[in-house]
Amino acid sequence: MATGQVVRSEWTKIRSVASTVWTLSTAVVVTIALGMLISALSKNEFDNLGEREQLSFDPTFISFAGTSLGQLAMIVFGVLVVSNEYSTGMIRASLAAVPKRGVFLFSKLAVATALAFVVGMATSFATFFLGQLMLGDLRASIGDDGVLRAVVGGGLYMTLIALFSMGVAAMLRSPMLSLGILMPFFFLISNILGNVSATEKVGRFLPDQAGSRIMRVVTPVDDDTPYGPWGGLGIMALWVIAAVAGGYVLLKRRDAQ
Amino acid sequence: MIEAVGLTKRYGDKTAVYNLSFQVRPGAVTGFLGPNGSGKSTTMRMILGLDNPTAGHVTICGHPYDKLPNAPRQVGALLDAKAVHGGRSARNHLLSLAQLSGIPARRVDEVLGVVGLHEVAGRRSKGFSLGMGQRLGIAAALLGDPQVLLFDEPVNGLDPEGILWVRNLMKALAAEGRTVFVSSHLMSEMALTADHLIVIGRGQLMADMSVRDFISHNSADFARVRTPDSEPQQREKLSAAITEAGGHVLPEQDGALRVTGLPLPRISDLAHDHDVRLWELSPHQASLEEAYMRMTQGAVDYRSTVDQKEGLQQQLPPGTQPPMPVPGQGQPGWYAPPPPQQGGQPFAPPQAAPAGPYGAPPAPAAAPAANPYAQPPQAPQSAPQSAPSAEPTKSEDAR
Repeated sequence: MATGQVVRSEWTKIRSVASTVWTLSTAVVVTIALGMLISALSKNEFDNLGEREQLSFDPTFISFAGTSLGQLAMIVFGVLVVSNEYSTGMIRASLAAVPKRGVFLFSKLAVATALAFVVGMATSFATFFLGQLMLGDLRASIGDDGVLRAVVGGGLYMTLIALFSMGVAAMLRSPMLSLGILMPFFFLISNILGNVSATEKVGRFLPDQAGSRIMRVVTPVDDDTPYGPWGGLGIMALWVIAAVAGGYVLLKRRDAQ
Repeated sequence: MIEAVGLTKRYGDKTAVYNLSFQVRPGAVTGFLGPNGSGKSTTMRMILGLDNPTAGHVTICGHPYDKLPNAPRQVGALLDAKAVHGGRSARNHLLSLAQLSGIPARRVDEVLGVVGLHEVAGRRSKGFSLGMGQRLGIAAALLGDPQVLLFDEPVNGLDPEGILWVRNLMKALAAEGRTVFVSSHLMSEMALTADHLIVIGRGQLMADMSVRDFISHNSADFARVRTPDSEPQQREKLSAAITEAGGHVLPEQDGALRVTGLPLPRISDLAHDHDVRLWELSPHQASLEEAYMRMTQGAVDYRSTVDQKEGLQQQLPPGTQPPMPVPGQGQPGWYAPPPPQQGGQPFAPPQAAPAGPYGAPPAPAAAPAANPYAQPPQAPQSAPQSAPSAEPTKSEDAR
């Protein structure tokens, strides 16, 4: 059983359903459009900010403001890629054809992750340049210290979010259940935990909060986050590894239903 | 060759399959029969390594499925025809499965032709009818040109022409020396298709024998004798004579006699000797369906009860005729299949030389001559045989 065959098959599967195009294009459009909007608003608001806020002003990070919403489409993409197999029952045909379940799962994740990576990177660069265009005089340049790292990191962040969702969907199998857990988690719970002072210290170890650190160039004044940009992405990667490993173990052990 | 040894599967405290041992040999169609929920699909999934048995094991050609070298080229399966992403076209669905197994894309178009779906290959399978979906599933099973084929309820939702096509396809595949394992809950269908039968009920083996043996073990021949209605004393006389000669007589509701234990000529002789005129003397065979029902009676999971609302339906408005009952319907022996071992081929043989080993009718509009397995229109004697299977086939779809 050549892995190449399975990868080719997964590519056929992913390109032949409409949901791939819809979720990924939504992620691109929402991330870029919201990033541009917030950038334009921030530019107009800059003069009203206090000295402290002006010192912490991070034009790169602001242009990535759309990520918080665009990542939700990325999550839908990741969930659907995996849970489609279960909701349609196709999983039985797939696993009958690929009895080595690890090969099946990792080929599927590899194809979907590669696609998410390409789309995520393109989105990240586009949203950076278009966001800076909106920021006018306040803009950062791609050559500035740490900016290229942040832009590449933005693409990696999107990719890891998609992969995390795939891992969770592989564990939960049902698309409704997976989305019902992931959507509120990333949209609400993570934000609440991160903004309430009592839980702030826990909240910053959640995958999205830790991972989004990579997109910051200017460290906010009196910031006490115990990790740097790459450390944050590393924490996110640990979450991703845990989710994918959980999905793999369950797929391996469970009956294919 | 599929071999199961002591196969057991429990879901929580419900035992789906218990201590099942059987062999499925190449070169024959093996029917896998059982009522709904008797564990047929669970067994099929265990054969394919999709479910792990709680105890026991099952091998294909001596290997457990997941250790089988190049499994998809050796084993093809139709498990659930609806297990398709509705947004994907038929061709892309098959292409993804072909690529999984390293089967060239050219083969996809071949099998689409074999099952007669080449004209709708580019359409999303969402819009497919049940029969088209079933054909797509069969195409997927044939993709790897495998030596071992498993079909779970392949005739579900197919029209009579499709049922006939599937039946001939199974036989053709087995004739090529392949192992063909077909599950069904329809005895009548299996009697026509299968060479060997494995019957399970409540997950346990109830019978494992050739169809021929199953028929001779389970169906009693009888003769129906009818004497003139106007002379009941003749009937009494004949009953006494037959009983005296060692036969058993069972009166039927309409006045006929059901006689077992005596050959037809002997009954005729007896009647002649006792000066009794006969209106009818006909050979009959209790249907296999009845035998199968008897066998699995204790093992049916889902039994219907009498509807409490029965008979409460509004009276027909005056002037309308109630539907006429079909004469003979509901009486024993109606629709009784003729014994396959005597009649030879129950269906008319193909008229033209077959174009391919198992060509499907390309399109409903095509001329009958193009379809090697099409039933010739002048074959009325075969119609009653497929009739009982046509209606119950749909019942499982509603699950």
